Amino acid sequence: MSALTLISDNIFDIFIILMWSMVVFVPILVGVILAVYGDRKIWAAVQKRKGPNVVGPFGLFQVPADGLKYIFKEIIIPDGADKILFIFAPILTFSLAIAAWSVIPVQAGAVLSNINVGILYIFAISSLGVYGILIAGWSSNSKYPFFGALRSAAQMVSYEVSIGFVIVTVLMCVGSLNLTDIVLAQKKIWFVIPLFPMFVVFFISALAETNRPPFDLPEAESELVAGYQTEYSAIPFVLFFFGEYANILLMCSLTTILFLGGWLPPLDITPFNMIPGFIWFLLKLIFVFYMFAMVKAFVPRYRYDQLMRLGWKVFLPVSLAAVVLTSSILFFFNLAPDLI
Amino acid sequence: MVISSKNPVHSVLFLILTFFNAAGLFVILHAEFLAMILIIVYVGAVAVLFLFVVMMLDFNFTKSKENVLQYMPFGIFIGVVFICELIIVLINTRLDLANIQILANPFLNFSDMTNTQALGSVLYTDYILYFQLSGVILLVAMIGSIVLTLRDRPGVRRQVIGEQLERNASSTVLKEVNSGEGIDI
Repeated sequence: MSALTLISDNIFDIFIILMWSMVVFVPILVGVILAVYGDRKIWAAVQKRKGPNVVGPFGLFQVPADGLKYIFKEIIIPDGADKILFIFAPILTFSLAIAAWSVIPVQAGAVLSNINVGILYIFAISSLGVYGILIAGWSSNSKYPFFGALRSAAQMVSYEVSIGFVIVTVLMCVGSLNLTDIVLAQKKIWFVIPLFPMFVVFFISALAETNRPPFDLPEAESELVAGYQTEYSAIPFVLFFFGEYANILLMCSLTTILFLGGWLPPLDITPFNMIPGFIWFLLKLIFVFYMFAMVKAFVPRYRYDQLMRLGWKVFLPVSLAAVVLTSSILFFFNLAPDLI
Repeated sequence: MVISSKNPVHSVLFLILTFFNAAGLFVILHAEFLAMILIIVYVGAVAVLFLFVVMMLDFNFTKSKENVLQYMPFGIFIGVVFICELIIVLINTRLDLANIQILANPFLNFSDMTNTQALGSVLYTDYILYFQLSGVILLVAMIGSIVLTLRDRPGVRRQVIGEQLERNASSTVLKEVNSGEGIDI
């Protein structure tokens, strides 16, 4: 009863919150559809194919058509599966992929919730993402999904460490955990120039974190059928697919914010700063996504031990050394940002 | 739910939910930095490894439920102790709901900075000794666990990345093999 009155008293606020959620959700939905389309087109162009070109103008409606097909299919739950967790896993992946977007600023002030610990929030949400995969693999009660989930968990936990250290180096140059502050700190120079090695480490780690090729071992079809999503069909599969691409776009936008100056124009002169900030943000996002897609097209898949070696024996020492080096330089040349 | 679930994986997932709720409590107390760190460290790393181990275990958990009554008195004892502690704390603390902001932010002179800054400005100055000590303890624990698990097994073929990368067409060994004859390496 009290819960009902709570809802009825705040019905207007709840409506506003729902509307704001839609404001975040709809662009992501459109963005994911375009990203899948772009991914397939770029991949096709590299391999001298045409890619999707039949449904709609230039094949633009191919992805929504595929989505519709999945929606009308039957949801098959394996006999020995843990039913609740089996359904819960894709929902978790999907909602986490959406939740992280609420703190991404696309323009000065254009952010759903401008929280003080924005970057930590994204880091926390993306570290939760591993649960969707782990639960999916385990609850399927099947060998290949289980192996896929274990691989994926190990991979994501390993590369999160180096992503964390890269973020720390950037944060030392900024002096704030707020994403808007991180962008504004790059007014003089984008961090990609002084911190270029960190940019490379972050980009490769982001590929591994989102299970993109060449690190798509959790779903290496030649070894594991389709990894953790082998047993999934229809809507749960769409949720996984959507979550994966939303995460890729999230990592692209995080790269943009941390290293490429977010919504800031490349030079603060007249023809450039006439263009509104979110256009710059989108352009940079598309550029980073293009790199993601190209890597998928021309890099062969890593072997699993090579992947682990790269994560722990190369990236971890490099990023750890970079943290020490950056802090030393900031300290000795008195470049550290004023905090208090 | 953590202890009453039949399936250990469910127990771990409920444990993760508990961590998550604790993080939520921190957020309500305006300690957003602690909340995020709790999620990153406990939920994102520790609990993943925990879940990992539990999923890999091949142990008959239905049998272990049979002697659950054996441990019951001990469990009840610990539960009673914790409830007593909670009650004592609740009786002795006067929760001033009007000044919840003060409770959440004990450093009044830091009230205009974010709690990340407030935490940093005391952690690395007044409490640097404890901070470093806990770091040393963690380092010792890490080295200890590496030493315990490090075994030098002879006869294991290892992948040497450098040698693999140095290999080129001229150093490749090619042998002509007639069909049906086999080969000695």
